[in-house]
Amino acid sequence: MSTTDDDKPNGGNGTDEELHGLLAEFDTPGALIAAARKVKNAGYTEFDCYSPFPVHGIDAAMGIKATKLPWVVFLGGLSGLFLGTLMQWWMNAYDWPWNVAGKPTWSIPANVPISYETTILLSVLTTFFGMWAANKLPQVWHPFFRLDRFARVTDDGFFLGIEAGDKRFELEQTKQLLVAAGASHVEECSVDARPAARSVPRWIWAVMPIMTMLALIPIALVYKARATKSPDPHYHIFSDMDFQPKAKSDQPFAEFADGRANRAQAGGTVARGQLKADDGYYRGLGNGQWLSGLPAQVEVTPALLDRGQERYNIYCAPCHGFDGAGHGIVPERVAMLGGAWEARNLVERSSAVIKMPNGQIFNTISNGNNTMMGYASQIPVEDRWAIVLYVRALQRSQNAVESELPPGSEVR
Amino acid sequence: MATSSNEAADGHGEGGEARKVFRGITDDVAKIALSPTPKWWYPAFAVSNLMLLCLVVALYHLFTTGIGVWGNNNIQGWAWDITNFVFWIGIGHAGTLISAVLYLFRQEWRTSINRSAEAMTIFAVAAAGIFPIIHTGRPWFAWWLIPHPNDMGMWPQFRSPLMWDVFAISTYATTSILFWYMGMVPDIATLRDRAKEKWKQIGYGLLALGWRGSARQWHRYERAYLILAALSTPLVLSVHSVVSFDFATSQNPGWHTTIFPPYFVAGAIFSGFAMVATLLVPLRYLCNLKHIIKESHIEAMCKIMIATGLMVGGAYSIELFVAWYSGNAGEWFTFRNRILGEYSWAYFMMVSCNVLVPQFFWFKKCRTNPWIVVGLCILINVGMWFERFVIIATSLARQGVPGMWGYFSPTRWDLLTMIGSFGLFFTLFLLFVRFLPVIAIAEVKAVTPEAHAGKDHH
Repeated sequence: MSTTDDDKPNGGNGTDEELHGLLAEFDTPGALIAAARKVKNAGYTEFDCYSPFPVHGIDAAMGIKATKLPWVVFLGGLSGLFLGTLMQWWMNAYDWPWNVAGKPTWSIPANVPISYETTILLSVLTTFFGMWAANKLPQVWHPFFRLDRFARVTDDGFFLGIEAGDKRFELEQTKQLLVAAGASHVEECSVDARPAARSVPRWIWAVMPIMTMLALIPIALVYKARATKSPDPHYHIFSDMDFQPKAKSDQPFAEFADGRANRAQAGGTVARGQLKADDGYYRGLGNGQWLSGLPAQVEVTPALLDRGQERYNIYCAPCHGFDGAGHGIVPERVAMLGGAWEARNLVERSSAVIKMPNGQIFNTISNGNNTMMGYASQIPVEDRWAIVLYVRALQRSQNAVESELPPGSEVR
Repeated sequence: MATSSNEAADGHGEGGEARKVFRGITDDVAKIALSPTPKWWYPAFAVSNLMLLCLVVALYHLFTTGIGVWGNNNIQGWAWDITNFVFWIGIGHAGTLISAVLYLFRQEWRTSINRSAEAMTIFAVAAAGIFPIIHTGRPWFAWWLIPHPNDMGMWPQFRSPLMWDVFAISTYATTSILFWYMGMVPDIATLRDRAKEKWKQIGYGLLALGWRGSARQWHRYERAYLILAALSTPLVLSVHSVVSFDFATSQNPGWHTTIFPPYFVAGAIFSGFAMVATLLVPLRYLCNLKHIIKESHIEAMCKIMIATGLMVGGAYSIELFVAWYSGNAGEWFTFRNRILGEYSWAYFMMVSCNVLVPQFFWFKKCRTNPWIVVGLCILINVGMWFERFVIIATSLARQGVPGMWGYFSPTRWDLLTMIGSFGLFFTLFLLFVRFLPVIAIAEVKAVTPEAHAGKDHH
C-alpha cells in the first residue's frame, strides 16, 4: 500500500493520510463500460463504477453476478403467506373460534384476501430492506465523498474507482491503466489514517446512554401502572358516554330531599291501566272469598277454550304435562338427573285442585304456589281465565264415567 | 493529477454533448427544490392550508360531538364518509399504475410523470385513510383493528371485508411509500450534492442514505425496483377489489354484484389519471418542465382516460342489463330508482361526466390545449366522486322495507370534512413539489438517447 504525497489536492494535513484508492472520470457511459472491461481483464477485483443512472451493459463488463435478491424475496413472500394464514387460523379458529351464523370456524376462501395482502407486504418489506442491506446502505460517509469531483456522480459524471486494498494495486501502474482506458481525469483519494479519526466521537458515548434511559421512562411508567393498584379513576381522554347527567335507579341522588334516585308514586294518583278495581276479574275474589264461578267478563265459548288449550300447552304443560297429570318434560328431566320433584297432578280425583274454587286456580296461575312461580307478567288476565277453563275441561275429561259420554259414542 | 489521453479527447466531443444533456436534466429538476420558493407557491400553499384547517375544525367538532354532526342516519349509514374514502383510494391507483404497470410494459414515457404520480398516490391514500377511521364513531379505538394481545382476549374478525380493507389499505400505503422513497433515493443524493445550505446538505444527506451511484448497488437497486413493480401490480388490483368487496359481499341490491372488482379498478385508474393530469398540466408550466413532461405524455394520459372511461361506461350498462336480466325485483327496482328516482340528478351527473366527457379526448385539440385538458379532468373527477355517491346513497335510499327509505342531505360538517381532505392532499403535494425531486432524474437520464453515448455497437 502506498502513502500519498504531501502535495495532494485533497490531502488534508498530509502526514496522517493514507491512500484509499484511485478515482478515474469518464465522459460517457460507453467509455465507462469499456474501461470497466479493461480493469476487470487486468485482474482487479476491488473496483467499482459510479454513475448518475444505471448504465446498461456494465454488469457484464464488470463481471457482476446476478443478485440473489429475488430468491430472498420469494422466501419473504412465502413467510408472508404462511404467517398471514397462521395468524388468521390461530386467532379466529383456534384461540377464539368465531361462530358466524353457524358456519365453519375455518373456511379458506374468506381468509384469502388477508393472506394475499400479507404475502405482498412481506415480499415488499424483504425487497426494500434486503436491497439496502445487500448494498450495505445506509453508509452516510465514503472516502470518495472527500473528492469534490465525485459530487458529479449524481449529475453527469461517470467514475471508476479502484481501491488501494486490491492485491494488484500499484499506484503508478494502476494510474497508467486508467489513463489508457480512456479516463479524462485520474485522482488519488486518501483518508485520515489517525485512529481518532475513525473512532466514534466521544459525545456520542455520552448521549447514547442518556437517550436510552430517557426512552425507558415511558415503558417503566406503563409497567408501574399495570403492576400497582390505585383508588383513582383511570384517565378519560374520551369519556365514551361513561359519564351522563342522569340519576340511575336504586342509586343515591342528593338533589332529591330523600336522597334517593327512585321516586315514589305521587299520593292520590292512579296511573293508566293501574286501577284494576274489579276483584273478581283481576284477583279471583268475591266478597273476600275465592270465586267459585266465573267473573262476568269471561264468557265461555269454544274459542276461549281453544285459546286456553293453546296457552296451557305453552306455559303449563312443560311441568304439568299435556294431560295435566304432572308428567311434563321438566319433572321427567329432574328424574333423569336423579332428583325427586314432581309437578302437581291437576286432574287426579283426589287432587286438591279439583276441589279448588276457580278464583284460587286463577290466583295460583297469577302469583304461583310453592315451587311454582307466578305467571302474571307473562300471561294476560283473559288468557289466565282461559287456562282455568281448560284445566277444568281436563279434569272433567280425565275423570269422565260412561254415563257422561254423549249418546252414540262407545268405550274402547 | 488531471490526465487526458488522446482517446479521451476524441470521445470528449460526444461525451461533452451527452454530459450537457444530463446536466440540463439535473439542473431543471434540482433547481425546483433548491432555488428560492417561487411566488406562485405561497398563495397556493396558503389556500391549501386554509382548506386543511377546515379538516382540523371539522374533525374536532366530530370527535367532541359525534357522528350525528354529519347527515348520516339509520338509513344512510354510509354516506359522504365512505364516498370520500373510495374516491381518494381510487385517485391513488393511477400513481401505482404509472409507476408499476407501465414500468413492466416498458412504457418509457412514464419516467417523466411517475414520481409525482407516486407522490399523488401516497397523499391520496393519506386523505382516504382518514375516512374509514373517523366513520367508526369512536375513532380512538381504531387501533383495535390491529391484531394484538389484549385484556379483553378478543381478536379481529378476519372474514369481514372491513378487515380485508384494513390489511389491503395498510399494505398499499406501506408499499407505495417504500416504492416512492426507494425510487427517490438517487435523486435525493443529487439534491444532497448540489445543496448549498448546511441544513439541506444534512437533511438530504440523511435521506439519501449515502447513495453513491455504485454499479454494484445499481444492479441490486434495479432488480429490487423491478420486483417492487411486479408486486405493486397485483397489489393495486387487489386494493380496489377489496374496497369493492365492502359493497359486493353485502346483500343489498345495487351492491351485491360480481362486476364490482373490475369495475372499481377501471374507475380508480380513470379518476387517478384525471387527477394526475389536473396536477401535472399546471405543474409543467409553473416549474418549467415542458421539455420533460412533454405534450405527448399528456396526450397519452388522455388516451388512457378514453379507454378507462369506456370501460366504466361499459360497466354501467352491464350492471343495468344484469339488473334487468336477473329478474330480481329488488335489483331492478334499485336500478330504476337510481335512474328515475329522486337521485336521478346524481346519476346523470355521473354518466355525463364519466362517459360523455372523456369522448372529447378523441379530438387532438382537446388533448393538447391545457385549459381544456384540466377542465375535462376536473369534470371527470367530479363524475367519479358522484359514481361512488350514486352507488352508496341510491342503494341505501330504498332498502327492502319502506321503513328503510330515506334521502341523504349533507350538513356543513360533511362539506367541511370533504374540503379538508382536499386541503390535506394539496398541502402535502405542494410540500413535495417544493422540497423533493418532482421528476425521477436518474430514470429520465437513463431513457435519453445520450445514455448510450460512447457505447461500441458491436
